[in-house]
Amino acid sequence: MTPVLDAHLVADRGDFRLDLPLHVEAGETVALLGPNGAGKTTALRALAGLQGLSEGHVALEGRDLDRPAQRHWTAPERRGIGVVFQDYLLFPHLSALDNVAFGPRRRGVGRTAARERAARWLARVGLEELAGRKPRQLSGGQAQRVALARALAVEPTLLLLDEPLAALDARTRLDTRAELHHHLSRHAGASVLVTHDPVDALVLADRLVVIEDGAIVQEGDAETVTARPRSDYVARLVGLNLYRGRSEGRNVRLDGGTVLTVADPLDGDAFAAFKPSAVALHAGRPDGSPRNVWEATVTGVHRHGDNLRVQLDGPLRAAADVTPAAAAQLGLRSGQRVWAAVKATEIRTYPD
Amino acid sequence: MRAAALACAAVLGLTACGSAGDDDASGHLTVFAAASLTEAFTQIGEDFEDANPGVEVVFSFAGSASLASQIAQGAPADVFASAAPANMDSVVRSGYAADPETFARNRLVIAVPEGDPDGITGLADLADPGLKVALCAEEVPCGAAARTALDAAGVRLTPVTYETDVKAALSKLGLGEVDAALVYRTDTEAAGGAVHGVEFPESDSAINDYPIAALDDAPNPAVAEAFVDYIRTDEALEVLTAHGFQAP
Amino acid sequence: MTAKTSAPARRQRIPAALLIPALLGLAFLTLPLAGLLIRAPWSTMPQRLAEPEVLDALRLSLVTATASTGLCLLFGIPIAWLLARVEFRGRSLVRALVTVPLVLPPVVGGVALLLVFGRGGLVGAWLDEAFGITLPFSTAGVVLAMTFVAMPFLVVSVEGALRGADIRYEEAAATLGAGRWTVFTRVTLPLVAPGIAAGAVLCWARALGEFGATITFAGNFPGRTQTMPLAVYLALETDLEAAIVLSLILLAASVTVLACLRERWTATP
Repeated sequence: MTPVLDAHLVADRGDFRLDLPLHVEAGETVALLGPNGAGKTTALRALAGLQGLSEGHVALEGRDLDRPAQRHWTAPERRGIGVVFQDYLLFPHLSALDNVAFGPRRRGVGRTAARERAARWLARVGLEELAGRKPRQLSGGQAQRVALARALAVEPTLLLLDEPLAALDARTRLDTRAELHHHLSRHAGASVLVTHDPVDALVLADRLVVIEDGAIVQEGDAETVTARPRSDYVARLVGLNLYRGRSEGRNVRLDGGTVLTVADPLDGDAFAAFKPSAVALHAGRPDGSPRNVWEATVTGVHRHGDNLRVQLDGPLRAAADVTPAAAAQLGLRSGQRVWAAVKATEIRTYPD
Repeated sequence: MRAAALACAAVLGLTACGSAGDDDASGHLTVFAAASLTEAFTQIGEDFEDANPGVEVVFSFAGSASLASQIAQGAPADVFASAAPANMDSVVRSGYAADPETFARNRLVIAVPEGDPDGITGLADLADPGLKVALCAEEVPCGAAARTALDAAGVRLTPVTYETDVKAALSKLGLGEVDAALVYRTDTEAAGGAVHGVEFPESDSAINDYPIAALDDAPNPAVAEAFVDYIRTDEALEVLTAHGFQAP
Repeated sequence: MTAKTSAPARRQRIPAALLIPALLGLAFLTLPLAGLLIRAPWSTMPQRLAEPEVLDALRLSLVTATASTGLCLLFGIPIAWLLARVEFRGRSLVRALVTVPLVLPPVVGGVALLLVFGRGGLVGAWLDEAFGITLPFSTAGVVLAMTFVAMPFLVVSVEGALRGADIRYEEAAATLGAGRWTVFTRVTLPLVAPGIAAGAVLCWARALGEFGATITFAGNFPGRTQTMPLAVYLALETDLEAAIVLSLILLAASVTVLACLRERWTATP
């Protein structure tokens, strides 16, 4: 089956180069996940036609939209791609209804029919009563839903969402995220979601594409990516300590020289990962079973849920979660020397 | 407002005030003169300075009406030379001057481009509807004179424009936008070769008298009187006639 | 949430360094008006208003200023759009050229117009020959002169508004299927409408007060090219009080028109 979206996005911006192959099936939602400056927005703008590619191609349902090698270029207004922008960009001079009717009108639907269609879409996102309101009279969550309705009202083959929840407060975000998930799963076309928030990506997307510095560092479903992160960025996102090294049996020699003892044998280049909660901190060198023990310096302590997250420097840079009681007992503060220990069974290894 | 103007006059005329009691003619002399006198008066001013060492004549040339209202607002002038008796009358009525004397006359001519391409010989020719004529507005002296002359000739004509002053009418002719303009003889003289003035008999009925007077509040009254007297000498008249004016 | 948030009743301390120059500046701007009002011969006001010449000049002023504002909008908005949105060689030069009428003494502007649109001018000679149209000394000439001096006000304020407008709204419109022209008419123009309105007001006001270019290019003929400022200037030659009355009538008419427009704008947000 050919994907709805078949793209290889190559764009240059000074020293920065985006080089991103991207395929999305019908009904699938792909999240482009990455830190700020990774090239997510550039990728989205290139797909929408707001920015040209320098190389590569964008093809939608087999139709070329952008292929610089053949000097082929389709303007954004003729692409059939719907976009939900980060701060929604609802036209301030039009009512919610007219904002949603704007797309159908431009696609040749008559005035009355377009407004009827817009009304149906507003009803679908639960805002039929606010049809007459101007954007500035809408709350953030309402505006987000109008923006979604506006993008979907043109029945796009490809739906693009740029940080769709970033502008919302935490409470609204939770509801809107669930709502958005509902609509995305009903959308027959392909969807590409750009976000730097792993929770949005995990909840909304069928597949994650993690990009850093313009290139893909990891791709896969949510489970794989979170269980086996392949970059510091993802590891931090999912809250894991992650190291790269070479495994021989039950010993992993890390790039820094430290050797970790693990439970699962493996040979070759490998990742080793463990949770911050697997790290135990002690005032003195601990006795007993843990196989991995090292002396570290505390570089920072801050709240993390009910616990405290402790940043450690030393032979291994790592994060450790401790209870407030344990922290009080150890008298944790920046610059303090402590002993860290991780059980071999707590360390996961997987091939690089 | 008056007080401020007087203070201003005092500052400007300090040297004049100092010598007010002397018979010697010396110091600054400020002459407010009609714009049409620009060329003639500039020359006369130089002659006057030569004849009276120590005197410096400063001219302010503008429309007679503006000058009259400036004098009424207390401008520090010594002498006023107007292009029309009406403006002088208003100054006299307001009590700023007395006993004006006519020192020159000006008459209207039909200004046409050099060579007279339309063959205009008199006022009646201007009534040709194909001809574009500029007149001065009746509110200004040259317009009033034009009206009188046209009425005397029994000529009815519709100009394309009523210009705000004679120089503007002349510049429309210079730019080629009109074919003829009724202006003063002196103005065609000043315009040089590009413009020719066609004389016409009816201008007798609209001769414009130029009155001059020393102002009562003159900062330098002695020199003001001397200048007014000088204007009426044959020497000055010679300069005036050379610029197209006629003797009173 | 509503658009109008009531101003907090909190008392603000206004810095004297701002307040004093502001008050002095206001006095400077309003005292001349007070001077006119004090000297105005109120008793003869109704008589003057009934004079047909005055009404002609007033009507002509309002009609020509409005027409020239229309022309300024028609040509000025596209110029502003080009300057704001299209990168081209010599753009800063073009921007400087647009403001030439601002620095040019209007009389010189009038002469320049005559040299181009006059009887012997480059365009004027052709217009006369091809269509029998002569612009100098005509009402159209008044409109032309006004447009020349007023256009920069529109271009400058609309360009400023366009630069300030978020271009991403236009991108959003494009993704919804709007071509460039539709984007311009449906999104860009409504977004910069306040800037256009402000520019049009400046433009209209400047056209209404226009004197130098008009007298030079279009001359002075009652009912045809004699606008209020020309009538005021001529009245000044003979009758100061008449000039004051005419000035006040012009002032009152323009303030009334602007106040009515303002009302309309604020009534429909």
